[in-house]
Amino acid sequence: MTMTLIADAPVDVDAEGFLTDAQQWNERLAEEIARANGIPELTGRHWLVVKFMRERYLATGTAPSIRALGKESGVPIKELYQLFPKGPAKLAAKIGGIPKPKGCI
Amino acid sequence: MTELLEHAQLMPAEPETIEKVSIVISKGSLEGIYPGLIMANGARMEGIEADLFFTFFGLDAIRKDRVEKIKVATVGNPGMHLPTWLGAIPGMAWLATKLMQRQMERIDIPPIPEFVELLGDSGAHLYACKATVDMFGLTMDDFVPQVEEIISVGEFYEKSAGGQIIFT
Repeated sequence: MTMTLIADAPVDVDAEGFLTDAQQWNERLAEEIARANGIPELTGRHWLVVKFMRERYLATGTAPSIRALGKESGVPIKELYQLFPKGPAKLAAKIGGIPKPKGCI
Repeated sequence: MTELLEHAQLMPAEPETIEKVSIVISKGSLEGIYPGLIMANGARMEGIEADLFFTFFGLDAIRKDRVEKIKVATVGNPGMHLPTWLGAIPGMAWLATKLMQRQMERIDIPPIPEFVELLGDSGAHLYACKATVDMFGLTMDDFVPQVEEIISVGEFYEKSAGGQIIFT
């Protein structure tokens, strides 16, 4: 775990850049992380996914599977991959300031 | 130029990553099909390109008339820990399949038809093996819409260039 500066705020991240403390997150931070990960601008559709991931994690302690994301976030699988080409669950978790999803699905 | 080279040497080496996988699914039982599907989905979730090549009875996973009927092998499957005579009782494969499906649903693994659809939507590419298709006298009409093409082994290798091949 290392401390780093994102959007002028000191945050704790793991080796892959995922926040280790979800409470340190804010929306400016999210935009900065998105830019650093190949998403120049977060649209309303991106936000829908990011917030769904974050809220589900905060409520249950685990990030949703890609299947649940496709069924329940309001954004279908095809579009999820268009929004987050490098992996929707992983990237949305990173941008949403929660740990990397551990599940296989 | 020299400056650029020196700069490149100073940059920390990026850890090596897999960019592409080509997964062969050759078996038609539930436990023969799932691992390949899970690995392909896992690849897409990491942003890794994934090609799936269905061959022999693995074709059942993409055949419209069979994809809903895939069962666990209860005979000749030491992993089941069932005596052969018991595994052979009518209804046993059905029961074992139901039990396994329930466990999988619990951890959010989709049933095979939904999984194949999910993979198509995820941008994985699905192909049917030409030799098997010819042997069983099948056509594109026999396959679910996610199947892009019927290809030969040679074409499979061409498509796999630059990636890792996984046989299941």
